[in-house]
Amino acid sequence: MKQKRLIMRSSILAIIALALAYTFYSNFMADRSVAKAGDLSVNFVLHDLEGERIELEEFKGKGVFLNFWGTYCPPCVKEMPIMEELYAEYKEKGVEIIAVNANEPKLTVERFANRHGLTFPIAIDNGLNVIEAYGIRPLPTTVLIDEHGVIVRVFTGGMTEQMVRDFMEEIKPGT
Amino acid sequence: MSNLTCECGHVNPRGTIVCESCGKPLGTNDKQEKLLDMKYEGVARRSQTYTTTFIDKVWMFFSSVKVGIWIIVITLLASALGTIYPQEMYIPPSVRPEDYYAAEYGFTGQLYYQLGFHNLYSSWWYMLLIASLGVSILIASIDRFFPLYRALKTQRVTRHANFLKRQRVFGTSEVKDIDESFDVVKKKLKEKKYSISEENGNLVAEKGRFARWGPYINHIGLIIFLIGCMLRYFPGMYVDEHMWIREGETTVVPTTGGQYHIGNEEFIIELYDEDDYVFGEAMQRAGGPIVRTYQTNAVLYERENTGAVGSEGDLVEIDRAEIRVNEPMKFDDFALYQVDYKLHELNSMSFVLEDKETGETFGQIDIDLFNPESVYDLGEGYRIEIREYFPDFVMSSSNVPSTRSQIPDNPVFIFEMFTPDTPEGEVSFVGIRTNLEPMGENDFKMTFVDVETKHVSALIVRKDYTLPILIIGGFIFMIGLVQGSYWAHRRIWFQRIDGKVWIAGHTNKNYLALRKEIDYVISDTSLSAPVDQVEEEEVNNKS
Amino acid sequence: MAAISSNFLLFAFFVYLLATIAFTVSITGKKWRDKQGEMTGNRWGFFGFLLSILGSLLSIAYFITRWIHSGHAPVSNMFEYMTFLGIAIGFAFVIIYAIYRSNYLGLFTMPIVMLIIAYGSMFPGEVAPLIPALQSIWLKIHVITTAIGQGILAIGFVAGLIYLIRTIDFTEANKQTRSLEFVLYAILSLVGFILMGSIFNAMNYEANFAYINENGMEAEMTYTLPALVGPNEGQLLTEGVMSPIVHAPAIIVANDLNTVIWSLFSGFVLYWVLRFVLRKRIGAAIQPILKGVSPQAVDEVSYRAIAIGFPIFTLGGLIFAMIWAQIAWTRFWGWDPKEVWALITFLFYAAYLHLRLSKGWHGEKSAWLCVIGFAIIMFNLVFVNLVIAGLHSYAL
Repeated sequence: MKQKRLIMRSSILAIIALALAYTFYSNFMADRSVAKAGDLSVNFVLHDLEGERIELEEFKGKGVFLNFWGTYCPPCVKEMPIMEELYAEYKEKGVEIIAVNANEPKLTVERFANRHGLTFPIAIDNGLNVIEAYGIRPLPTTVLIDEHGVIVRVFTGGMTEQMVRDFMEEIKPGT
Repeated sequence: MSNLTCECGHVNPRGTIVCESCGKPLGTNDKQEKLLDMKYEGVARRSQTYTTTFIDKVWMFFSSVKVGIWIIVITLLASALGTIYPQEMYIPPSVRPEDYYAAEYGFTGQLYYQLGFHNLYSSWWYMLLIASLGVSILIASIDRFFPLYRALKTQRVTRHANFLKRQRVFGTSEVKDIDESFDVVKKKLKEKKYSISEENGNLVAEKGRFARWGPYINHIGLIIFLIGCMLRYFPGMYVDEHMWIREGETTVVPTTGGQYHIGNEEFIIELYDEDDYVFGEAMQRAGGPIVRTYQTNAVLYERENTGAVGSEGDLVEIDRAEIRVNEPMKFDDFALYQVDYKLHELNSMSFVLEDKETGETFGQIDIDLFNPESVYDLGEGYRIEIREYFPDFVMSSSNVPSTRSQIPDNPVFIFEMFTPDTPEGEVSFVGIRTNLEPMGENDFKMTFVDVETKHVSALIVRKDYTLPILIIGGFIFMIGLVQGSYWAHRRIWFQRIDGKVWIAGHTNKNYLALRKEIDYVISDTSLSAPVDQVEEEEVNNKS
Repeated sequence: MAAISSNFLLFAFFVYLLATIAFTVSITGKKWRDKQGEMTGNRWGFFGFLLSILGSLLSIAYFITRWIHSGHAPVSNMFEYMTFLGIAIGFAFVIIYAIYRSNYLGLFTMPIVMLIIAYGSMFPGEVAPLIPALQSIWLKIHVITTAIGQGILAIGFVAGLIYLIRTIDFTEANKQTRSLEFVLYAILSLVGFILMGSIFNAMNYEANFAYINENGMEAEMTYTLPALVGPNEGQLLTEGVMSPIVHAPAIIVANDLNTVIWSLFSGFVLYWVLRFVLRKRIGAAIQPILKGVSPQAVDEVSYRAIAIGFPIFTLGGLIFAMIWAQIAWTRFWGWDPKEVWALITFLFYAAYLHLRLSKGWHGEKSAWLCVIGFAIIMFNLVFVNLVIAGLHSYAL
């Protein structure tokens, strides 16, 4: 009788404690973003400035440096030349850059790309579908995807050359 | 295990104050003279009788009503604290909170911010308070409900003399024909909707016992409600996203993973007529236009499943609605609410190419500010190219022309104008009320003709799986509250002891009303009315 | 229609005055003669009850005619809400009187009803158009239910007050007597406010200020009482009026704060004048009238009123409020100051019920809690509405 009551009380208290612990954890500590390291990347289809079709799934086997940006965002503007610089070097090592622009006019993006001499594929996310699917809020955000299509890292904020290089290394196939 | 066996033969759990069956006060409780403590029928509350282990001590802590009241009071004070200054969500969005509180309220504002009171209701300690309130409600209810239920179920008609004597309403009277009086009483009790039980010529009349369950039911409702609130912190349980959508635009509904798109066909705003017969006077006081209503004529599309998000897959119209404040559009688990608007946002600009000398113009170009073309061919060798376009022009910190946002609040173009006279092209820098010639004097210029504006509507996207739980919780809470508040549990005992009639009454509230009822049921007999012993004592103390 | 509506309210006000007189006569016990002969105090109590019912009926007439005129339930601004709260207290009295037949309750409740209605009439009374958020069936449901709940809780306050005046020992100065005098002073401040407002209104007093509002924009503010506290960076535009002594920060609605200060000041004057005339504490002066009150009975009345009012208040002030907030503001709860204070009111009365049921707080303690509870309700209505700017600030 006494034993039973103790078990009863212990289990009720344990359930309460667990539920509260999880609530506090998920509110104060858990990462609540949509795309997280370890998740499988969401496939998408966009078109680059020349009208070429870009589908993420077709990059299986390569690392994908997926950069979300806008011309109105100073840190985005700053890291574009750095990415351009490292693009050629890492393309050979199997890392592709896709720069997804946040729904700006094609003209603005084209002129921007010409001005900075960008050669990597740039796609405009009209209607913000991809940005929405990846839950991107502040720009720039870079999503690193390995050769198996798994997200390795989600980085928000401007990047230095060293960081871009380290990130490229991180998703180089065969590492 | 030391159970208490009453002289009536009933076995009571340890800690019982009053025998569950006959009502005889047990142990030392029997020796005292004062009124019985009838809270929870004098049953043994388990938490108080076994407190050996740590678990039992925790249990006992939360089981205590005193602790519960303290939690309520602390929550009350904490909540009040949060209203001294506005919470962070209510300060203007353009200012930084660390500056705002100090600038607006001085030192105390600074302190308020540093103590984290600007986000008080989402702080860990406030959440902990609410959580402990929930735990207290749950455990205190478990601890009291089961013993009370048993005690009310096992009570018998004939009660121990000490039980009757120590009820708050009590009296004895001598009457000639007890049976006859009891018959009258029974009839009147039935009139008052009492259910009557008899045993050995003794009576107990009872009504409204279900009112005793009211508190437990409302506590169940509260717990369900709090569980609903707790679930809000679980991922995916609810969505709250803000979106802007301009007229003519179709855009994805955030958090739907690209499945749903919403189109804004038209945004309408209506003001109250300032000469209105009914409202005119109040409008003059307000000193400005008052919005009557605003709405978005929305079209909902669903994207055909293509296996990938992005630019492929057709949008299929599935619904249309006029979204207004108080009239959200609902689809699937989502609801779209009208919350705000921005009127007259620039949408397109028109220019003509003009010969500065002669004033002759050569065709007009209409530039869509959200999707300008790179070349506008005017024919006959006249052509305009847009070299650069900045929707929201600003000179960046490194003194380079750039844009602050994608919204064309301050559009600037760098045009290149080609004419048969100037085949190399002339460059002009054109914005609102600016027309510069950075590369030297030109023969031609772009003359501003017209703008077209559109309204932009702000919507909030909501999905909330916790709402049904909250509704159920709230509903049960109200039922319990009404049940416990609008009915009273009343019992009246009529017992023959030593040739006298003993009358005792108990109610969980409103003794005055109980006494009135007793007075009524004995009104046609020669029984004398019982008295309220608390009142008697009060009167005696006064004199 | 608007004029008819106002007249109904005016009639109701005077009927409540007559009811007050009837209850006073019934209690002071004087026997009044009329043509038929003697008439006892108790009959007067019954007249008071009938008059209070008549007052309620006239109030309903006011309410319905104003509703027809404006096209929406007249509960959308301070004038309308306060007036309706007064009416609701009147209703609540009718209900409680029907159960307990206490003339003392009438003697105290009727003046409170008049006071609240008079207080409401201090706010601009024009029929105002509804902003989009208020255009909902829930405006009527939420506000009317809340007001009725608060009205019934107010009866708990009145009964608690009667209990306190009846039982407190005024022969010595202690915490109880001081607190009770403070409560009476607060009521006198309300009277003071109404007097000040009416006097300066009759004089057509007005002082305009240019000031910087909480959004950093230039705006104008009108004072109807001489400005003691000016608005943020306020510049006086009207000539020949008093200039303010201090300036309030932008977040505070300065002319309302100014009014509060005037009310407290005039209440202070009224209190000391009365005290000087009576030559004793005001409570002590009222006490002899209440000789015939059974403390037990009035304690039960106050508890009964709270027990009836609490579920109604919860339903209107929290549950219906949440439903509407979900529809109009997209979320059922947003920690708006008014919402928080409704929650505080709920928690307070919940604590009251637990203290009473489980800790045996009857009599004096319970009566004090009833008084504090009503103070919280009024604080939420007046202070939170007028001084703390929020979503609920619909006072024009």
